[in-house]
Amino acid sequence: MGLLRELYYILLGFLQGLGACWLFLFRILRYTPAALLRWRIIWQQIYSVGAMSLVLIMVSGFFVGMVMGLQGYNTLSKFAATSALGTLVALSLLRELGPVVTALLFAGRAGTALTSEIGLMRATEQIAGMEMMAVDPVRRVVVPRFLAGAVSVPLLTMIFSAVGILGGFVIGVSFMGVDSGAFWSQMRVNVDLWDDVVGGFIKSIVFGGACSLLAVYEGYYSHPTAEGVSRATTRTVVNSALAVLVLDYLLTAFMIHGV
Amino acid sequence: MRQTRSIEISTGLFIILGFCALFFLATQTTNIQAYGDTGGYDVTATFTNVGGLKVRAPVTMAGVSVGRVTSIRLDPQTFNAVVTMRIGNKFNQIPDDSGAAILTSGLLGEQYIGLSPGGSETFLKNGSKIQQTQSAIILENLIGQFLFNKASSGGK
Repeated sequence: MGLLRELYYILLGFLQGLGACWLFLFRILRYTPAALLRWRIIWQQIYSVGAMSLVLIMVSGFFVGMVMGLQGYNTLSKFAATSALGTLVALSLLRELGPVVTALLFAGRAGTALTSEIGLMRATEQIAGMEMMAVDPVRRVVVPRFLAGAVSVPLLTMIFSAVGILGGFVIGVSFMGVDSGAFWSQMRVNVDLWDDVVGGFIKSIVFGGACSLLAVYEGYYSHPTAEGVSRATTRTVVNSALAVLVLDYLLTAFMIHGV
Repeated sequence: MRQTRSIEISTGLFIILGFCALFFLATQTTNIQAYGDTGGYDVTATFTNVGGLKVRAPVTMAGVSVGRVTSIRLDPQTFNAVVTMRIGNKFNQIPDDSGAAILTSGLLGEQYIGLSPGGSETFLKNGSKIQQTQSAIILENLIGQFLFNKASSGGK
C-alpha cells in the first residue's frame, strides 16, 4: 500500500513538472518577439553558451569520428566492405551520434551553467530585485538564454558531425588505407540530403529547445539555497539526458515511418 | 566596451562556422546534384515484377545515370507495376523503341533501371511508354526453377 502511494506521488510529481515546464515554454514564447528586438543580449548569451562550447564539441566530435573509423574499419574488413566506411561514419554521425552526443555534451557544459546562473540569481535575490524595478525577469534573463541555447545546439551539432566525418576520414584513409575516392563517393551515393542531413538537423533543433528549456526552467524554479541550486543543476543534467534519449526514439520512429 | 566587442565578434565567427559546417554536410556528403536537375521528361514502363526497385533509384544507359525513378504504382487492371521515371533534358535523343530492364548493382546492391538503346528514328518524349521491358530477377524463383529442372532431369 505504501509503495503504491509512493508511486502515485512520483507520477503526480512527474505530471506536475511536465505541465509546469510546458506552461513555462509558452511564457517564454510569448516574450520571444520582444526579446528578439534586444538581439545584443541574445548575441552575448550565444557566446557564453555556444561559442564557449566549441572546443569541447570539436574535440569530442573528432574523437567520436576517429573511434567510428577504427571500429567501422575493423568490422567492415571482415566483410571486405571497407569502402563503405565513409557511408557508415557519415550516416551514424548525421542521423544519431551528432544530435544526441552534442545535446548531452551541451546539457553538461552549458545547461548546468544556465541553471546555476539563474538559480544563483534567485538565491541572491537578483530576480526579486528585477521584479521590484518592474523588469520582468523571464523577459530579461530567461528568454535570451533559452533562445541562445536553442540556436546554438543545431549549429554545434552540424560542427560536431562535420568534424566527426573528418576524424573518420583521417583514421580510415590516412591510417587504415581505405581509398579516399571510395570513402567520399560511397558516402555521397548513400547519404540523403533530406532524410539524413535535414533529419539530423530537425532532431538537433528539438534537442536544443528541450535542453535549453529544462535548464532555464530548473534554474528559475530552484530553491533559493546553496543546496537547492546544486539539486537543480543535477536535475538539469538528468532530465536533459532522459528527455534527449526519449525524444530521439520518438523522432527516429516518426522519421523512419515517414520515409 | 572593447571586451563586449570581441565577444560579439567571436559569436559571429561561431555562427558562421556552424553554417559552414551545415553547408559542408549538405554539399560534400550528399548527392545534392540529384535534386538539381528537376528539368526533364517523364517516361513510363510496365513491369510484371519490380523486385526491390525503389523510388529515386537511378535510371542508367550504358552505365551512365540519365534520370531517376519518380513513382512506382500498381495498375489495377493488369496487376502489373507501372514505373514512372524522369529523364534529364540533356538526354532527349533516346530512341522510342529502347528497352528497360531492372538490374542489380553487384550481388547485394541496390536495384536500378538500365535502358538499352533501340534503332528507331523517333525519340522518347514526355508521356512515352517503353514497350520492351525485362522485370527484376527474383533470386528465389531462379533457385526454384533450378531445383525443379534438376529434379526433372534427375528423374529421367
